[in-house]
Amino acid sequence: MAYSDKVLDHYENPRNVGSLDKNASNVGTGMVGAPACGDVMKLQIQVNEAGIIEDAKFKTYGCGSAIASSSLVTEWLKGKTLDQAAEIKNSAIAEELALPPVKIHCSVLAEDAIKAAVADLKSKQHGSKEAA
Amino acid sequence: MSDREPIYLDYSATTPVDPRVAEKMIPYITEHYGNPASRSHPYGWTAEKAVENAREEVARLVNADPREIVWTSGATESNNLAIKGAANFYAATKGKHIITVSTEHKAVIDTVRELERQGFEATYLDPEPNGLIDLEKFKAAIRPDTVLASVMFVNNEIGVIQDITAIGNICRANNIIFHVDAAQATGKVVIDLETLPVDLMSFSAHKTYGPKGIGALYVRRKPRIRIEAQMHGGGHERGMRSGTLATHQIVAMGEAFRIAREEMAAENERIRMLRDRLLHGLQEIEETYVNGDLDHRVPHNLNISFNFVEGESLIMAVKDIAVSSGSACTSASLEPSYVLRALGRSDELAHSSIRFSIGRFTTQADVDYTIDLLKSKIGKLRELSPLWEMFKDGIDLSKVQWAAH
Repeated sequence: MAYSDKVLDHYENPRNVGSLDKNASNVGTGMVGAPACGDVMKLQIQVNEAGIIEDAKFKTYGCGSAIASSSLVTEWLKGKTLDQAAEIKNSAIAEELALPPVKIHCSVLAEDAIKAAVADLKSKQHGSKEAA
Repeated sequence: MSDREPIYLDYSATTPVDPRVAEKMIPYITEHYGNPASRSHPYGWTAEKAVENAREEVARLVNADPREIVWTSGATESNNLAIKGAANFYAATKGKHIITVSTEHKAVIDTVRELERQGFEATYLDPEPNGLIDLEKFKAAIRPDTVLASVMFVNNEIGVIQDITAIGNICRANNIIFHVDAAQATGKVVIDLETLPVDLMSFSAHKTYGPKGIGALYVRRKPRIRIEAQMHGGGHERGMRSGTLATHQIVAMGEAFRIAREEMAAENERIRMLRDRLLHGLQEIEETYVNGDLDHRVPHNLNISFNFVEGESLIMAVKDIAVSSGSACTSASLEPSYVLRALGRSDELAHSSIRFSIGRFTTQADVDYTIDLLKSKIGKLRELSPLWEMFKDGIDLSKVQWAAH
């Protein structure tokens, strides 16, 4: 399996590896995939009071392309609003990393992880507004 | 990261040709190029003598009669010739049922599958979780119409040694032809066909420091076993395998097997020391699992799964060593090893396994480098792994509801 230089770079030097406090009200967590399928992505985003994503962290169990896809989106997410984040498309990830057809599912998984993290955060914010 | 060649720890895939073997082989390409079947001039006589000397060397390693050795192109051809040849010859008198094992090499499994397509029936026994066959289950698989059983001596992926004597005795008692694929066994375990109750045995040169493209099939003479030829032509090899003999390849296989016979005992001691060093080093890493029985096993093989690390990223991480992975990472999808699945390993553990195979030219420095590399890379990948984090938090991963995708 030949990987693009960008995939190799993210694999060798993954950006923003780690975890945020999943119980914090301004942190959204998305966990997608399954071990039996060979990849699990955990993506977390943290927003500031203006609703801008100020931090993003990931952990990924998966192939080099899955690691690179999730590492890349943590870079892209910072500075975006939740609506802008939700607009990130798997095709853009696949294009940036020059993923071969058999690895497109890695970019799909990264897009799903963003959507899950945004949805988690929105449900938390929605819940806290109702409580207030 | 360096530009040098990765350290070779894939001796079960193939071995380098021993320089002594190469040296002995070359004159039979350039000088003694006669056809061993040419009876009318010295070119042919010289080649024939070399072929017969080599046949004797192969026979000596396994304590057989040279007349019981048939040259083939390798173990795959030997397996095809033995299984198809004997099954077809004896089907009319004995029946059309074959017993083999689900962890056999594809050259056996797919040959039996082909016979199934032609009207035979087959039982594929699953081994125990340690990779070994339960003899009672083997006996239970026998039917009145069982004509042939095929069980490998040493498994290529996990290195376990089956009890060939016991299985052979069961076959004898039930009048079943017994074939053994010994491609991974020569030079690693003592093979004595004088006492082993085996009818047909497959050999390969390139797993034992000979060249690729040459192998042999042992066909027992007492009691005489008959096989139908699969390759027809000039009637070479007493009609069992036609085709001009590859003198240089045959000479090389003979020399490789001679060296194996003479050096096997000392070499196995050294390799066992290296394997134990590798095993102890890698077992310092948490959540590692050895695949296959450790006692009934050749010292050349160590197959280990590293939990919570994904297979393909693991292979990327260890590119400074040449090893085999439990994931057959084919073009489209990651397929877990069918051997490890047959042992009952989960997909995850099968994917994250590495087969280290050690050989004649492996050094202690190679082993120490490998241990350090694995410790560092497994640590790094686990830092990245959400599964490792959950495991460390005490979460039972088998109880998690994963989002299907």
